Amino acid sequence: MAARANAGSALTRQRLKSAWLFLTPMLVVLALVAGWPLLRTISFSFTDAHLSNLDDSSFIGFENYVFLLQDPDWWRAVQNTIFFTVVSVSIETVLGLLIALALNAHFKGRGLLRAAVLIPWAIPTVVSAQMWRWMFNDVYGVINEIMLSTGLITEPWAWLADPQLSMAAVIAVDVWKTTPFMALLILAGLQMLPQDCYENAKIDGVHPVVVFFKVTLPLLKPAILVAVIFRTLDALRIFDLIYVMQGNKQDTMSMSIYARQQLVDFQDVGYGSAAATLLFMIIALFTVIYLYLGGIGREEKA
Amino acid sequence: MSRSLRQNLGRLAFYLLLAVLLVYTIFPFYWAIVTSLKAGSEVFQPTPFPLRPAWNNYVVVFQEQPFGRQILNSLFVAVSVVLLSLALAVLAAFALGRIPFKGRRLLLFTILGVSMFPQIAVLSGMFELIRWMGLYNNLLSLVISYMIFTLPFTVWVLTTFMRELPKELEEAAIVDGASPFVIVTQVFLPLMGPALVTTGLLAFIAAWNEFLFALTFTLSSEQRTVPVAIGLISGASAFELPWANIMAASVIVTVPLILLVLVFQRRIVSGLTAGAVKG
Amino acid sequence: MAKGARTALLAGLSVIAASWAPGAFAQSLAISCGAVGMELRLCQEGAAAWSAQSGIPVDVVSTPNSTSERLALYQQLLASGSGDIDVFQIDVIWPGILGTHFLDLSDAFSADEIGAHFDAIVANNTIDGELKAIPWFTDAGVLYYRRDLLEAHGHDRPGSWEEMAAIAADIQAKERAAGNDRMQGFVFQGNAYEGLTCNALEWIDAWGGGQIIEPDGTTSVNNPRAVAAIAEAASWIGTISPRGVLSYQEEEARGVFQSGHAVFMRNWPYAWALGNAPESPISGKIGVMALPPGGEDGQATGVLGGWNLAVSRYSNQPEAAKDLVRFLASFEEQKRRAIVGAYNPTIAALYENQEVLEANPFFGDLYDTFTNAVARPSAVTGTRYNQVSTEFWNAVHRALSGQATAEAALADLERRLQRLARGWQ
Repeated sequence: MAARANAGSALTRQRLKSAWLFLTPMLVVLALVAGWPLLRTISFSFTDAHLSNLDDSSFIGFENYVFLLQDPDWWRAVQNTIFFTVVSVSIETVLGLLIALALNAHFKGRGLLRAAVLIPWAIPTVVSAQMWRWMFNDVYGVINEIMLSTGLITEPWAWLADPQLSMAAVIAVDVWKTTPFMALLILAGLQMLPQDCYENAKIDGVHPVVVFFKVTLPLLKPAILVAVIFRTLDALRIFDLIYVMQGNKQDTMSMSIYARQQLVDFQDVGYGSAAATLLFMIIALFTVIYLYLGGIGREEKA
Repeated sequence: MSRSLRQNLGRLAFYLLLAVLLVYTIFPFYWAIVTSLKAGSEVFQPTPFPLRPAWNNYVVVFQEQPFGRQILNSLFVAVSVVLLSLALAVLAAFALGRIPFKGRRLLLFTILGVSMFPQIAVLSGMFELIRWMGLYNNLLSLVISYMIFTLPFTVWVLTTFMRELPKELEEAAIVDGASPFVIVTQVFLPLMGPALVTTGLLAFIAAWNEFLFALTFTLSSEQRTVPVAIGLISGASAFELPWANIMAASVIVTVPLILLVLVFQRRIVSGLTAGAVKG
Repeated sequence: MAKGARTALLAGLSVIAASWAPGAFAQSLAISCGAVGMELRLCQEGAAAWSAQSGIPVDVVSTPNSTSERLALYQQLLASGSGDIDVFQIDVIWPGILGTHFLDLSDAFSADEIGAHFDAIVANNTIDGELKAIPWFTDAGVLYYRRDLLEAHGHDRPGSWEEMAAIAADIQAKERAAGNDRMQGFVFQGNAYEGLTCNALEWIDAWGGGQIIEPDGTTSVNNPRAVAAIAEAASWIGTISPRGVLSYQEEEARGVFQSGHAVFMRNWPYAWALGNAPESPISGKIGVMALPPGGEDGQATGVLGGWNLAVSRYSNQPEAAKDLVRFLASFEEQKRRAIVGAYNPTIAALYENQEVLEANPFFGDLYDTFTNAVARPSAVTGTRYNQVSTEFWNAVHRALSGQATAEAALADLERRLQRLARGWQ
C-alpha cells in the first residue's frame, strides 16, 4: 500500500488536478444559479426592503427575525407544516411499505399495479391539485356523491371549508401524489434483502407476520430511513399542492405559503426573505438530525 | 381446513386491499378523462361517464393556443435539462465518487443544501440573473434555472453509482495510461446506462412539470411550456374556468409521461436502489 | 435513442434561433390583457384596429387568469424595471399597489375624456393626485335569483338581505321536502381570498357600516352596523348556505347555482351569459338584481370590480402606448366590447345607447349599481392593501366558520389594522 502510494504520488497529483477540473463546470453553474439568488435572499432578510423600493433599503440587523418569531401566524404556519409533515409522511411510509410488499410478492397483475401506482406521480401537481379540488366540492363533487350513495355519510361534507377536514383533504392528496415515490424507494430496499434469511424462517415454520417484524423490517430500516428523509425535506417545503387547493387560508397555511404571501402578496421582500431563510434553516436542521440518526454519509470517512 | 380457509381469506383481504389502492391511485385520472369529455354545464354533474363524449374539448385546446408548439417547448427544455445536468453531473460525480480529496464531504452536503431552499425564495434573485443574462422570455432561461433542482439530485445519485463501480476496471485503465477523462468517458460511462436512464427520467419529469419558474421567465405564448399553458387556460370571461378544456389539456400532456414511466419502470427501480440506500 | 436526442436538440436550437431573431420587438408595443377566450379575442381585435391606424404593431401578451398570480407576475416585471410590457391591464385594486411604476395619464387625456368615465372609478385610480390608469370595463357584485322558484313559491324579489334569507330558507325547505334534497338557499364566495373581501364589504356597505378603512385613513370597521352585517352573514352558514361555501370562489358558486342547486347567488355579471347558455339547466329561469340593503336604514350595494389600462414608466414608447390606451378606452371601442362580449362600459353615456341595451337588456337595471358601487380601500392603503384585505378576509372567515363571534373578530381586526396603519398614515 505504502509503496504504491509513493510510486503514485505524481498520479495522485494528476488525479487531484482532474478532480477539480471535472468539478469546476458543475460548481460554476451551481454558483451561478443557486449562489447568487440564495445569497441575495439571505442578505435581503437583514434589510427592510419592499418591492416598490428595492434600491433604497437599509440594514436593520435581526429585526425581521425578531418580528417573525413573535408573529402568531408564523407559528401557526410552522405548526401546520409540522403536523402536515408528520401525518402525511407517516401514512405514506406505512402505505408505501404495503405497496412495496405487494409489488414484491408474486401475483397476477403485478405489472398492472406497478404501472398504476406511478400514475399520480406523473401528473403535474398544478393540475392534480385542481382536479382534487373539483372532486372535493361539497355539492357537485364526485367524492361526496360516492360517499352519500354508499351510505358512508348522511349529509355532504364540506371538505375544503371545515378546518379539520381541509387539512385531511390536503393530506389525502399528498399521500395520493407521493406514496408512489415512497413505495419505489422501499421496494428498491426490499429487492436488495438477502434471500437466505427468508428461506431459514420458512423452513422453521415461523408465521409470516412474525417474519416481517423480526426479519424484514429491521433489514429494511436503512432504506425506509432514506425514503423518509427525502420525503420529510420535501414535505417541510410543501407549497404548490396546498396553495392550489386552499390558497392563503390560515387553516392550512404552510411555511412556504407564509413566505410567499409576505414576499409576493405583501411585497415585503425583507421580511419574506427572513421567513424563507428561517424555513431553510429548519429544513437544514432536520436534515442534520436525520443524517446523524441514520448514520448516512458516514462511510465517507472510509 | 380452517388453515386453508384462513389462507384464502388472507388472500382475499390482500386482493381487496390492492383493489382499494388501485382505485385510489387511478380514479382521479379516470375522472380527469371523464371530465375532459363533458360539455358545458355537464361538468357540474357528477355523472360517472360522459353521456355524449365531447371530443371537441381536445380540438379546442389546440385552437386556442399554440399547444403543439408548447409541447415542443416543454420537450426541448426537459431534454436539454436532462442532457446538460447529466453531462455536468457525470464529470462531477467521478471526482466526488472516486477521487479522495479534502472537503469532499463538505462539498457534497453543500450541494444537497442547495436543493433545500424553497423555490419561492430564489425566484426574484433568479429573475434578476435571467434578465442580466438577457435570456428573459427565452427557453434557455428555463434550462439554466432548472439546474438548481436537477443538478444537486443528479450529482448525488451519480456519485453513489460511481462509488459502486469496481476498482479493478479503473486500475487496469490507469496501467494502460488512460487519463481521467478517458476513464470517465470510455470505461465508466458505458457501465452507467441504467443510472443515467433513471436520473435522467427523474430530472425529465421534474423539468416537464415545473410551473413557477416557467411562468415567471417566459412571456409570450410561443415561449410557454405546457404546465403554464394549462395554468393559463381560461374561459370567455375573467372568472370562468373552462374545466373540460383544462382536463383535456392535462390528459394530453400526462399520457406521454405515463408511457415514459411505463417504459422505464424497471430501470427506475434498479436505479433508485443504488442511489438511495447508499446515499 | 442518441439520434432521437440529437434531432430534439436540433429542433430546440432552431426554436431558440427563431426567438433570437433581432428586431422582432424593436418597434412594436406589448400589451397584457385577458388570458384566452372572449377577453383575449376582443383585446386582439382592438389592438389590431389601432395598429391599422397607427402603423405600429402590437403584441398581445396573455397572463395568468388568477388575479393574484397576475399581480405577482406584474410585480416581478415592474420591480426589475422591465420594459417588456408597455400597457398593463390592471385590476381596480392595483393602482395603489403598483402605482409607482405607472405614468400619470392626467395630462395626456382631456378633462372631457376623463369626465366621461364613472367618477368612482376615476377617483379609485387617482393616487396622490396622479391618474394612474384609465377605466376600461367595470364590474360589480350582483344578486342572481331563480325567477321560476320565486314565482312557484309565491315570493317577490327580496327588498333586503333579511328578506333574502327568509325567502331562501322557505324555498330551500319546500324544495328539499319535495325531494330536491341538495337545494341550497344562497351561495356566495366564502373562501379566504379577495372574493370574500368583496362579499363582506358589500354586506357591511348594505348595512351602512363604512368601507373598512375610510378615504381619510381611519379604521372604521369595528362599528355596530358592520358587526350586525357580519353576524347576519354568519347566521346563513349551515342554514341557507352549505358549510362548503367557506371554500367557494366564483366558479364553485356558479357550479352550484348553474346545476340548479341554489335559489340565490352573489356573483359578477359574467355568470349571466353562462347561466342562460342553451345547454344550461337553468337557462331562461334566472333573474338578476342589485344586492339589497340590510339593517334598519341600509342601502343597495355592489362592490366595484373591473379593469383599467395603465402605461408602464419603463415603456420605450410612452406616447404610442398612451395613444393605444386612449383608443382602447374610447367610446366606440367600449361600445363594441359591450355589444360583442357584454363587457360593462365605464362610460356613463353607453348605458343609454340603444344598441348596447338591445344586446344586454339588464345593463339598464344595473346602471345604478355600477355608479354607486362601493370601492375597496385600495387607494388609501396603497402598497399595504393586500395586507389589509388579507386581515379582513381572515377575520370574516373566522366569524363565518364560527371560530369567533362577529364582535370579537372585528375588534381583533381593528387592532391588527391599526398596527398596519403606520404604512399609510
